[in-house]
Amino acid sequence: MRTLTETPRRATKPGAPPPGIRTIYEKSRPGRRAYSLPQTGVPEVSLDELFPGVARRRRPARLPQIAEVDLVRHFTELSGRDYGVETGIYPLGSCTMKYNPKVNELVAALPGVRGLHPYEPEELVQGALELMDTLSRWLAEIAGLARTTLQPAAGAHGELTGLLLVRAYHEDRGAEPHIALIPDTAHGTNPASVVMAGYEPATMPSDARGGIDVAAVRRFVNEHAGDIACLMLTNPNTLGLFETDIVEVARIVHEAGGLLYYDGANSNAVLGRSRPGDMGFDIVHFNTHKTFSTPHGGGGPGAGPVVVRDILEPYLPVPVLKKTAAHQYTLDYDRPRSIGKVRSFYGNFGVLVRAYAYIRALGAEGLREVSDAAVLNATYVMAGVRDLFDVPYERPVMHEFVVSAEPLRAHGVRALDVAKRLLDYGVHPPTTYFPLIVKEALMIEPTETESRDDLDAFVAAVRAVVGEARSDPELLRTAPHTMPVGRLDEVAAARNPVLSQRFPDDEVAAARPT
Amino acid sequence: MLAAVGISSLDDLFETIPAEVRFDGRLDLPEPAAEADVWRELSGLAARNRPADELVSFLGGGIYDTFVPAVVDAVTSRSEFLTSYTPYQAERSQGVLQAIFEYQTAICELTGLDVSNASMYDGATALAEAAILAAAHGGRPGGRIVVSGGVHPEYVQVLATETHGLGPAPVVIADDGGGLTSAAALRAAVDAQTAAVVISQPSFFGGIEDLAAAARIAHDAGALLIVVADPLALGILASPGQEGADIAVGEGQSLGNYQNFGGPGFGFFAARKELTRRLPGRIVGETVDGEGRRGFVLTLQTREQHIRRERATSNICSNHALNALAALVYLSWLGKDGLPALALQLARSAAYLRERLLGVPGVEPYTRGPVFREFAVTLPVAAGDLVAALAQRGYLAGLDLGRFWPERGNTLLLAVSESRTRAEIDAFVEEVSAHLD
Repeated sequence: MRTLTETPRRATKPGAPPPGIRTIYEKSRPGRRAYSLPQTGVPEVSLDELFPGVARRRRPARLPQIAEVDLVRHFTELSGRDYGVETGIYPLGSCTMKYNPKVNELVAALPGVRGLHPYEPEELVQGALELMDTLSRWLAEIAGLARTTLQPAAGAHGELTGLLLVRAYHEDRGAEPHIALIPDTAHGTNPASVVMAGYEPATMPSDARGGIDVAAVRRFVNEHAGDIACLMLTNPNTLGLFETDIVEVARIVHEAGGLLYYDGANSNAVLGRSRPGDMGFDIVHFNTHKTFSTPHGGGGPGAGPVVVRDILEPYLPVPVLKKTAAHQYTLDYDRPRSIGKVRSFYGNFGVLVRAYAYIRALGAEGLREVSDAAVLNATYVMAGVRDLFDVPYERPVMHEFVVSAEPLRAHGVRALDVAKRLLDYGVHPPTTYFPLIVKEALMIEPTETESRDDLDAFVAAVRAVVGEARSDPELLRTAPHTMPVGRLDEVAAARNPVLSQRFPDDEVAAARPT
Repeated sequence: MLAAVGISSLDDLFETIPAEVRFDGRLDLPEPAAEADVWRELSGLAARNRPADELVSFLGGGIYDTFVPAVVDAVTSRSEFLTSYTPYQAERSQGVLQAIFEYQTAICELTGLDVSNASMYDGATALAEAAILAAAHGGRPGGRIVVSGGVHPEYVQVLATETHGLGPAPVVIADDGGGLTSAAALRAAVDAQTAAVVISQPSFFGGIEDLAAAARIAHDAGALLIVVADPLALGILASPGQEGADIAVGEGQSLGNYQNFGGPGFGFFAARKELTRRLPGRIVGETVDGEGRRGFVLTLQTREQHIRRERATSNICSNHALNALAALVYLSWLGKDGLPALALQLARSAAYLRERLLGVPGVEPYTRGPVFREFAVTLPVAAGDLVAALAQRGYLAGLDLGRFWPERGNTLLLAVSESRTRAEIDAFVEEVSAHLD
């Protein structure tokens, strides 16, 4: 473990330019360039001849002028201030930050993958269509359901797609329910997606065991007969606990005419161990960037394929893949009951290829081992840290767990401070303050990626930080101390937003009397 | 490890799952495969495709084979960018955050608007989000979205699908028969119930729209103007902001991203500063730490779903950060001079291709007036037949617009890349001519 030293305070003159790093715009110098353009031999017609009478730019976009080496150095410098799965353990709960196998990057970079135009004649892209069809079938098998659309670009996008399918299903039956049930442990995307689909979310409480309160669901459904569109659930839920009453919940919602939506964010817990379709869910989205190892990319791109029960198949977005003969596929747009399209083209194909490679490499046995190791690792870390915190629900955890840092408040230390101090120990902190029903929540998901050595090191870091919270709480409240910057002022950032580069000529223009 | 957690078998870990929903079978998936076998299988599938750059491609329609310089992959393959997540821990994510800040700056510069978010899934979903914003902002919940017939048909479809539960279906006004918006038809379609007008620059058919006129029509009715823009065209054309747009969105793929069979690219989203607190998605802002050192954070998060839940501006909780990074690297590689130079080269090649094609007997113009990198022509034969025939000769001849509009089965949309040479264009025109003979 590294030695920790306090960063010396630096004097800053009021009004002086912010010290430290420079943006690429501040590194720009007139006359420098990196670009080159091919010679085409096409006649060099002037702009005036090409665009007579057309409104043109008054001034060029102020993009940087920079040499190629300086461009590369700039981004190398930036990457040095970041932390990825390849840097070390990344136990960000609910995000499933697992290792991204290298071969997946190679296959995604094949010319026959990344060089395809979406409007090429179908005969020229049969390999791509077959890949999509095969992946669709694999995902359906893992979900325990019938049909897949690969179109949604992310988990939240899958949720919206799923809810639009729910809507189409009810509309087709002449029903107009407008309530979607959501537990209070749900991801924030769930209620936001519900509203985007034109429904109204109704929050269901959790019971004393940290599961959805079945009695509350039953009561609510009875009081709102005919008005229940669906229930959205994550299982295991965001507390890392399996919703053991799922079968009963599914029965209640189905009997009320509603559908069940499975937020697949936590699928890493149950691969080959339990299938949402068998639990009673009608619609499932997977996050390929969580469960199937596609890189998170600093926030995306991901993919959010959606799998449905056969009754929902007519409503899937167009186009739908159709097999016409052995190794022959077509894209079917003639789907009168389809909800339409939720994304241009066919989805994040380049991401889906990586998910295909991952599932192909692991097979049924490997996927089951993934979940076995993910749950074992979480259980192991939980055992290593549980005495330090409050444990809100005394139940076996699955791929992640939530503890409360509430006991540290006696020392004036909050969950956020624990997270910031963990940065100084060279590990990525867990998710904080989620789910909302646990005070001072720390949500820890080590994933199957980490070895026992790395888990032990993480547990040691957490224990050391909690020790410091008791002996020297100020050290936590002012953390981090070893990062390129100290704790950043988020309040100031929001109160007076600076959302793009301030250029010197803007300031000159602003100072000029009008 | 089992002993350390007090269990005797891995199965014990799953006892919490009720027996009736435990899966005791074996998933019907292939056997596990060694890396070499994965590589072979996927190489085999990829080999059954013909990448556009192995052919002479004139395909566009929203995805373009613009050259991706080597610096892009060099940067985006760095593991700290590739394998990190949304920068929740700002102090340990300054690289990603600064890159997004620089990206937002580039988008503001291109669009001539004040604020940009951190990027979105694609151009089509960015448009849907813009329409949702417009309806909420104008105090016209359930307000109608009036869409020019010059907007990409798939974007219109996505807009209609994603706003299905929120209000009336968007109204699409037919183009003027020359691939452009008819000002008269637009004016007639816009009224006090209109939340926003959507226009594309250039139009889907490649023509140059009069954004200022559209802005006047929208604003006279109290509606917002949303422009779907081709970012490279903005190297030459007046920016949406300059012409009065309130929001600009678009597909950013051709900024340093591969075609990827349509995804992932990314959507960009920029707006006037009055709309800042209604923007969907992530936004990065500049701030300082306790010692006055400059840093970057995710900001204005009270718009977002993880805080606002059902009152959020959108359900989006991610962006296409890596694709936006590719765009930033690409735009930095092009730089202030390279962007207009590239745009000019595209316009010259498109003009040359069009002039040559219109010299072929039976080929008539569809798109009226100047074009940027793309234009449509009408053929004396079905466009699909020409495309199929020329595919045999090593060409992707363009996009058969009968795909979207049955009545346009003879209309072909063609695009150029900056790499297309005069010799390739001449040879292609000869092939077209021979086919039509």
